[in-house]
Amino acid sequence: MSLHDTPFDQEAVPRAWPHRHLLDLERLTPEEIRLLLDTASRFKEATDGCRKKIAVLSGSTIVNLFFENSTRTRTSFALAARRLGADVIDFSASGSSLSKGESFIDTAKNLEAMGINAVVVRHGTPGTPHLLAQRLGVGVINAGDGPHEHPTQGLLDIFSIRERLGDLAGVTVGLVGDIAHSRTARSNLWGLIKLGAKVILCGPPTLVSQRWRELGVEVSHDLDAIVPRCDVLNLLRIQFERQNTRPFPSVREYAHLYAMNRDRLKRAKKELLILAPGPINRGVEVTADVADCPQSLILDQVTNGLAVRMGVLWLICGPRESDHCTKSETGHRAGRLV
Amino acid sequence: MPTLLIRGGRIVDPSQGIDRTDDLLVRDGLVVAIGQTAIGKVDETIHAAGLIVTPGLIDMHVHLREPGREEDETIETGTQAALAGGFTSVACIPNTEPPIDTQAAVEFIHQKAMRADTCNVFVVGCVSRNREGKELAEIGQLVEAGAVAFSDDGAPVYDAELMRRAFEYCRMFDKPIFAHEEVLELSRGGVMHEGLVSLVLGLTGMPAAAEEVMIGRDIALAEVTDGRLHVMHVSTAGGVALIRAAKVRGARVTAEACPHHFTLTDEGLRGFDSNYKMSPPLRTAVDVEAIIAGLVDGTIDCIATDHAPHAPEKKMLEFDRAPFGILGLETAVGLAVTRLVATGRIGWPRLVEAMSCLPAQILGVNRGTLRPGAVADITLIDPNLSWQVDVKSFRSKSINSPFDSWMLKGRAVATIVAGRVKYRLV
Repeated sequence: MSLHDTPFDQEAVPRAWPHRHLLDLERLTPEEIRLLLDTASRFKEATDGCRKKIAVLSGSTIVNLFFENSTRTRTSFALAARRLGADVIDFSASGSSLSKGESFIDTAKNLEAMGINAVVVRHGTPGTPHLLAQRLGVGVINAGDGPHEHPTQGLLDIFSIRERLGDLAGVTVGLVGDIAHSRTARSNLWGLIKLGAKVILCGPPTLVSQRWRELGVEVSHDLDAIVPRCDVLNLLRIQFERQNTRPFPSVREYAHLYAMNRDRLKRAKKELLILAPGPINRGVEVTADVADCPQSLILDQVTNGLAVRMGVLWLICGPRESDHCTKSETGHRAGRLV
Repeated sequence: MPTLLIRGGRIVDPSQGIDRTDDLLVRDGLVVAIGQTAIGKVDETIHAAGLIVTPGLIDMHVHLREPGREEDETIETGTQAALAGGFTSVACIPNTEPPIDTQAAVEFIHQKAMRADTCNVFVVGCVSRNREGKELAEIGQLVEAGAVAFSDDGAPVYDAELMRRAFEYCRMFDKPIFAHEEVLELSRGGVMHEGLVSLVLGLTGMPAAAEEVMIGRDIALAEVTDGRLHVMHVSTAGGVALIRAAKVRGARVTAEACPHHFTLTDEGLRGFDSNYKMSPPLRTAVDVEAIIAGLVDGTIDCIATDHAPHAPEKKMLEFDRAPFGILGLETAVGLAVTRLVATGRIGWPRLVEAMSCLPAQILGVNRGTLRPGAVADITLIDPNLSWQVDVKSFRSKSINSPFDSWMLKGRAVATIVAGRVKYRLV
């Protein structure tokens, strides 16, 4: 397939996507979330299942600005950017002037001054991508800000469900595990609610606050009770590294109460889909046999992550019709001309 | 003998039960009389028609940062900010570097304040040596040097037995302990109020209980020792209820609330702006209403700002690394008038009581009154002046205020210290 045959060539980012950044799903409309998913879908198709290149962002430079460790998200963003023909720079906190005391904003401003188009940022503190977005003139994509949000992960989970089930309206999704410390849970929650799914948050009260009910979602502390009602279970990792104190007495007790295992699977709907954002702790939130069972979408999620990230990168860095670009946007947008 | 005549203002002085339009005559730095001022030569006249004339406002909770953190504020800039906010006196909190736990340190503050020649600076000394919470500071020596109260603010006095001893020991000087109420285990890692907003933002919360449990402890200790407890920056409905109940029982408990705690809620944190980060944190609308109700019924005696400057580069850090603190001095009157008086929740006499008379009483300083013979510390407030907050125009060295660009009603237009006009709004 040559460059000029690609469906996105000569195409401007739709007006229905007015944002310069992707910071969270909470503040997006259902239509914007559908647009993100549809765009990802088209990229998946156009790249033959995320395997081929479609150079719609050639000449663009994307910086992976990771202040926290990551392998899969960083790789996925880098690969997605390269599939779109963009250059990718990896920047990690340990190898930077941050260790010399430079503030994260100064670091990012330095990168900006080098003429980049977008920053993919991961940081341990909620809101850091939002602060960067306020201070930088380039697109900011949140690749996880502490326990706050991880919008592309939420989108790829929803994308994977949608691929199997179609419309999400009326679908019951259980998010199980460390909701308190999970950015994936929050992004899923917002995306699912906005698309009309029924969300059940499940885990011990020390990790699943009653207050979530104020958002209209169901809170349960009994996995056995909710398993038969779920169409999808998303099994979230216990984030030991973010916990000040131990929220349960032992991993053994946690696994006994909340691990998705063969027995529990037997009591679920036959067509139950299983997701896990990874990295998965086999034997803690999910047993090996369940992780590898036919209903598991764990590997679909990885492929779909590429599709979603291609879609997001294009919507943030892709060419815009000049009339819906504000002055401040055009001033900093070094994207290629159509 | 310089003479100052303030003509035709509405004089509000709850210490004498005065609220009427009249003239106020000042001579040689002292109040001479209210009314009957036609006699003698006058050097300067201020026409105060339409203005409120009050005993000079007193902010009993100010962090002047000097010594040690002069990049945030100095005694000079902090007291300038106080004057611009209408305050003729501040009480400075001793969590400086080093902390104010010796006579020499108190002396240093007094010297610097004298040199600044701005407003009165009353010194709060440390409860514990080096603010470590291990052994009592030399409280008697500090009293001799002029300390008016004791506090380890910034942190609670954690050891309950030490706190008990401090209450007992301070009784012989009749000095209050200003308590920062926080159970540290419950607020560990917290950067904002624990509630739905913290849950959604993924920021670690500081539950209301962290404050309330400690208020409960300190009330119990004050009652068992007959000590004087002053609860700083009350922020929760539960805290207000505990203080109300203690006062009913006759405990020697007083309390203050900050303008931000009766104005803002944790919803403000949604933009991740660290100017909304302070301790205790912004709570919920229910708490805001309880604080206002507490100010209305007198459960909360005073309004104090907890003026806590931080240099911009510190506040620009990631949200969890940015320090706690909010400026207060230059927005306090505007917020109090806008939120409490203009809304009809309290009248001017109660506001003046909360910002002048009661702080003077609690600090045990001879201020907060316009009685003949009193030191002529006077604030003139235009109650109807609408103005826009502009942090760039602040006299404070720092700009960490979430109220930038807010429209407020009511502003100090002249601040007079010992008969001298130290600030006039131009």
